[in-house]
Amino acid sequence: MADRLDELYDDYILDHFESPYHCGKLECPSCAHADKNPLCGDQIRLELKLDGSTIEEAWFQGRGCAISQAGASILCEHIEGKTLEELRDMQGQDMLDLLKVPLTASRQKCGLLAFKVLKTLVYAQDEHESDLPSRPVSIHPR
Amino acid sequence: MSVSPTSTGQQPEILDVDRIQQVRRDFPILHELVHGDLPLVYLDSAATSQKPKCVVDKIVEAYEKYNSNVHRGIHALGDRMTTEMESAREKIARFIGASTAEQVIFTSGTTMSVNLVAHGWAAKHLRPGDEILLNEMEHHANFVPWQMAAQASGATLRFLPLTADWQLDLSRLDEFINSRTRLVAVAGMSNVTGTVHDVPRIAAAAHAVGARVFVDAAQSSAHGLTNVQDGNIDFLAFSGHKLLGPTGLGILYGKPEALEEIQPVFGGGHMIREVTKSGSTWADLPARLEAGTAAFVECAGMGAAIDYLESIGMESITRYEHSLLELAHARLSQIPGLTIFGPEVAHKGAIVSMVHEQIHAHDLADLLDRQGVAIRAGHHCTMPLHELFGVAATARASFAFYNTPDEVEKLASAIEKAIEVFQRRSLRRANRSL
Ligand SMILES: Cc1ncc(COP(=O)(O)O)c(C=O)c1O
Repeated sequence: MADRLDELYDDYILDHFESPYHCGKLECPSCAHADKNPLCGDQIRLELKLDGSTIEEAWFQGRGCAISQAGASILCEHIEGKTLEELRDMQGQDMLDLLKVPLTASRQKCGLLAFKVLKTLVYAQDEHESDLPSRPVSIHPR
Repeated sequence: MSVSPTSTGQQPEILDVDRIQQVRRDFPILHELVHGDLPLVYLDSAATSQKPKCVVDKIVEAYEKYNSNVHRGIHALGDRMTTEMESAREKIARFIGASTAEQVIFTSGTTMSVNLVAHGWAAKHLRPGDEILLNEMEHHANFVPWQMAAQASGATLRFLPLTADWQLDLSRLDEFINSRTRLVAVAGMSNVTGTVHDVPRIAAAAHAVGARVFVDAAQSSAHGLTNVQDGNIDFLAFSGHKLLGPTGLGILYGKPEALEEIQPVFGGGHMIREVTKSGSTWADLPARLEAGTAAFVECAGMGAAIDYLESIGMESITRYEHSLLELAHARLSQIPGLTIFGPEVAHKGAIVSMVHEQIHAHDLADLLDRQGVAIRAGHHCTMPLHELFGVAATARASFAFYNTPDEVEKLASAIEKAIEVFQRRSLRRANRSL
């Protein structure tokens, strides 16, 4: 049972929760988006600085549980230096793999919140390029 | 309002530890293990109650022995099923103090019951300038439908302020109830703070200006705190699944003259008197508001649930649950860093919503689940209330009469354990980074 408890507060999650990577704002972000998990109120705002199609910097601000906030921090660290193309291929499971801790279905929503915000940003960039009107994107089909 | 059970006049049985152990044997799920090897400590009855075997058996019996659509076929099975359903209606009427069974409408849940009145009554009868009095503590089910009705009718929503200890500020009732007030919607008991509202006093103020009173009894009904005669309530709603009954079944009670004013929101079979090409006329109550095939098997199950509750005694249940609440408050308030949102125990029912200064409610619920303790974390369908709390989520433990003092202790020690794990981990991390 002790193991089960320690598992959630895995060092990796706690590191990111207590000393998050790039938690804050960018001076002039190339794009930004915020979302909320309506069930639990977790909030994440993600700001990206793009150099062409490469993520030069990724920053987040948020409020919520350890998993959602650590997830945002881990994601910011992971995506810097990647291109929009690469991020387009990133799947929900890739995000869960990055978190390393096993999560129950209900907690996966927390772990995927930042990723959902990122996907919305990436799709919006695509549409920007092809001049389509922007629309909201959901990674959880309703 | 201080909490006192609706009295039956008889001396209530004292539910001691032995009696509760006996009661627990009636609930098979309470003996399940979770995560493979942990005994279940179920403290989420405010979300849905567990079911005694007699309710499950009744449902199985109905499906195996007399399943048949009600009110239609002229045959033995149909008669039996109809009798079961209608006798459940009578039991429910008696349970809530209604004078006749026709005042009990079957719906699919509290939410549907509120919507029936919001769309079939408020949206049709209210005019611009009319007012609906709500408060920010209400469940979204007793909130959103009134917003919709206000939007449809042009009526205005007003919100009775709350006190610092999370009660309704009844000293300001006169400011908020006036000749324009048409409806006051209020819960019998909050599903977050556990606050038991003084419904008779609110109803008296509403009735004095000719307004109708709608009581969301989703929580209060389960704790024996609901009698429609207290305050001469106009409409009252609750869900079977929170009251040992099956899912998919709700109740709308109404005074006859109040129910008569509801226009059917759903048309279809059973709710009509006559249908012609040029139009239709409606059946009498309760059928008029029960379009389509009812959840008749669930109704039979609900009848068994009421029988079971009455065999224990609602007064005994109310008292026993309150003793668990007192124990929980006393024990939990000793845990450093934990804040409980709600009034003193004298003004509330058996629900404890809390936050810890370091551990997010979600993480707390997760850490408790890992110890077999089932609580809920989130906004519990009360976003406006959590806005006032200043937190997006709280962790909520809710108790039923099948819980034990031992489980209250397990809750408290599981929270202490969670805090210890968090702090130990956090400290280790800090040391590592030195
Ligand atoms: C106070 C209150 N009102 C309404 C509801 C809604 O009940 P249901 O979802 O069964 O319709 C609930 C249940 O969560 C509740 O606690």
